[in-house]
Amino acid sequence: MTAPRFTSYMTDKVGPLPFCPGCGHHLITKALDKALVRLRKDPREIVIVTDIGCIGLSDRHFITNAFHGLHGRSITYGCGLKLARPELTVVVIQGDGGCGIGGTHLLNVARRNIGITLVVANNFNYGMTGGQHSVTTPTDGFTSTTPMGNIEGPMDLCATAAAAGASWVYRATAFDKDLDAVIARAIEQPGFAMVDIWELCTAYYSPRNQLKKNELFSLLEKCGFTLGQVVDKPRPEFSERYREIYEGAAQKRKELSVIEPEFPNALKTQTGIIIAGGAGQKIKSTATVFGQAAMLSGLEATQKDDYPITVMTGHSVAELIVSPERIDYTAIDVPDYLILLSEEGLAKMKARLEKLPAACVVLADEALKIPTTRARVLRLPFEKTSRKVDRLAIGTVALASLLKESGMFPLEALTTALLTFQKPAIAEKTIAAARAGFDLKV
Amino acid sequence: MGKEFLEGNEAIARAAIKAGCDFFAGYPITPSSSILHYMLDWLPQNGGIGIQAEDEIASMGFCIGAAMAGRKALTATSGPGISLYSENIGLATIGETPMVIVNVQRQGPATGSATKGAEGDLQFTRWVTSGGMPVVALSPASVAEAYELTYRAFNYSEKYRTPVFLLTNKEIALTRQSVDLNEIELPPRVDRARVGYVDEYRPHYFEKLTDVPPISDFGGPNIARYTTSTHDKDAYLTASPPVIQEMIDHYKAKIDAAAEDISLYKEDFQEGADTLIISYGITSRSAKVAVQKARKNGKKVSALTLQTLFPVPEKAIRKALQNIKKVIVPEMNMGQYILEIERLACGQVEIVGVNKMDTTLISPDEILAKGGLS
Repeated sequence: MTAPRFTSYMTDKVGPLPFCPGCGHHLITKALDKALVRLRKDPREIVIVTDIGCIGLSDRHFITNAFHGLHGRSITYGCGLKLARPELTVVVIQGDGGCGIGGTHLLNVARRNIGITLVVANNFNYGMTGGQHSVTTPTDGFTSTTPMGNIEGPMDLCATAAAAGASWVYRATAFDKDLDAVIARAIEQPGFAMVDIWELCTAYYSPRNQLKKNELFSLLEKCGFTLGQVVDKPRPEFSERYREIYEGAAQKRKELSVIEPEFPNALKTQTGIIIAGGAGQKIKSTATVFGQAAMLSGLEATQKDDYPITVMTGHSVAELIVSPERIDYTAIDVPDYLILLSEEGLAKMKARLEKLPAACVVLADEALKIPTTRARVLRLPFEKTSRKVDRLAIGTVALASLLKESGMFPLEALTTALLTFQKPAIAEKTIAAARAGFDLKV
Repeated sequence: MGKEFLEGNEAIARAAIKAGCDFFAGYPITPSSSILHYMLDWLPQNGGIGIQAEDEIASMGFCIGAAMAGRKALTATSGPGISLYSENIGLATIGETPMVIVNVQRQGPATGSATKGAEGDLQFTRWVTSGGMPVVALSPASVAEAYELTYRAFNYSEKYRTPVFLLTNKEIALTRQSVDLNEIELPPRVDRARVGYVDEYRPHYFEKLTDVPPISDFGGPNIARYTTSTHDKDAYLTASPPVIQEMIDHYKAKIDAAAEDISLYKEDFQEGADTLIISYGITSRSAKVAVQKARKNGKKVSALTLQTLFPVPEKAIRKALQNIKKVIVPEMNMGQYILEIERLACGQVEIVGVNKMDTTLISPDEILAKGGLS
């Protein structure tokens, strides 16, 4: 859009700036205004984002878009706006208070290099709430919450942003004659840019600490902070990289695993199957293929899994329900079949085993010592059989054996599912495992 | 098309894309993380942007910014994440921001049982923000409903300019189910009413309190304003009590007036029944089995299944309560929605809660036993 030339981007429509006499916020907002005049942008393409703190009262005094959000979160709104519309010029104005409460957003916007500009109105205390200390209050500084002087150290915002990877960082004071040029330069930086502007809070910090213009400069010296450019290391902006790496990538589309029934089934009622094994036995994925095989046989299926958060350890239990009708209740209070494939799985099923009725069938690996139970226990060489094909196919061996025992649907449905839903190299082994499992004498 | 063996979380991500979602920000948390994975994987190829935020606060902040710049935004978390979303949910409410928030509920409070299901965040959702404004919350009972209600959630959020919650559960999110998504009938896609170029855009302009103000997106044809502070129709800070009250009345009236449109429920009434089961979410599936069993045993029982939790489908509940002597309300919490039923029943009906928070599903037999139907 071609912008008409504006001599100012500020308006007195909502009254004059509300800041205290002598407050540095006057100088900062005016410098930002001049910076925008320099850049000659369409006000509709500019968003000024603020949050809580006196400086947060400034956005509505501009003729640009204005976004006023929650304390310390303005960077996140600014990022959302910029990600959604990379063509927008997003200027976030935040106080030192906001930099404290929203510290993680400062670190992360710098690290990500999202192309917004952060202007920090840094007056070393919370002016809006009564002059409490902030993360930038100098050591020994007096505030309403450091009545004997600040025993904490100030955060060096510039060094912090620099350490987090900011591409452009500058420290200034509100009194700098070239502040508008500095802000304009920051806005022109394609990636994340920050200007930390030291200023006076004439209501609280200045009178309490006898801090005037000259003392501000000696304070900088005392803190060991220098003025001027801290970082100027351009690197590609986030949205640019996103477009290049992600949008440009070939469609990584998940194959739809759509299933049309093609096999018969002999299942009369809803049937619960629990497969209890250990990490590394592919319990979860094997159960999924079995569920898909049931669906290939015109059955409904559900599956839920249980395993520790540290996924490569301990038990792995899958609960499968197959049914000729819609499955509503998805818990298995009493399983019809319990498959035990490892010590971890057995340990997890101990309490259940004690309560199993006689009608339940337990298919257990022959090496496991099964506690006394009323259920019918079939001990079979699942592990030994799988080892001949692929140790990871133990679940397939056991489920094929269950098919033989139950006759709920044909082995072919399972081998078709394995062929359809597994990678060819894996399917070759699991199909062999399924055949071997089906041939086991139950 | 045939069926797929899908988890609820994948159905949610698929529905979001179908609804036109083109922005996602989220932070990993079990059991919602796979929604984050799917969205980050699928959005770039669908004209969208997905980002993993530094925390839940930033997730919401990104979404609000993107939504106000014209994107259809989604975020997903679990209960502990909603705790961190809270202040920004207040902002989305006062700012009239369309977006969808998925809460895959897990057993709580605090970290709770991270990998186990629950439905304990209902009243937390209802009163999630300071100031206590009305919320819209839908609750699916199955993978198919997770798909349907996610899609509808986007429509409602755009139509009414409001955040919409989808309250699901680990038990739906991470349980695979045979489902044919193509069988699900979906209404036409709704996009927000947008303002073309005007001399003076008024971000929260309404004539009647119930009106939904059309939006001019940030970056659109007009100057937009948005604020967390008490504001007038122009999004300017105000201290005028009548203006403040009018805006508050508007936020409430807008949702109250939409209640009928947002009411989604299923009735299964039996002639002559004086017992009613009111349920929602995964527990409604146990209730369904309980109803079948009870009827098989010659008992007369009716059922009302709620897909919309908030605004409370009061009309549907009042209708279901007619001629009823006993209501059974099974919930995977210690009794939250029962408060709404008690409110509507006005002491005229015996109300029995069936409550459990031990991470397991409430079984049909538990409903029958505690409800005196066995």
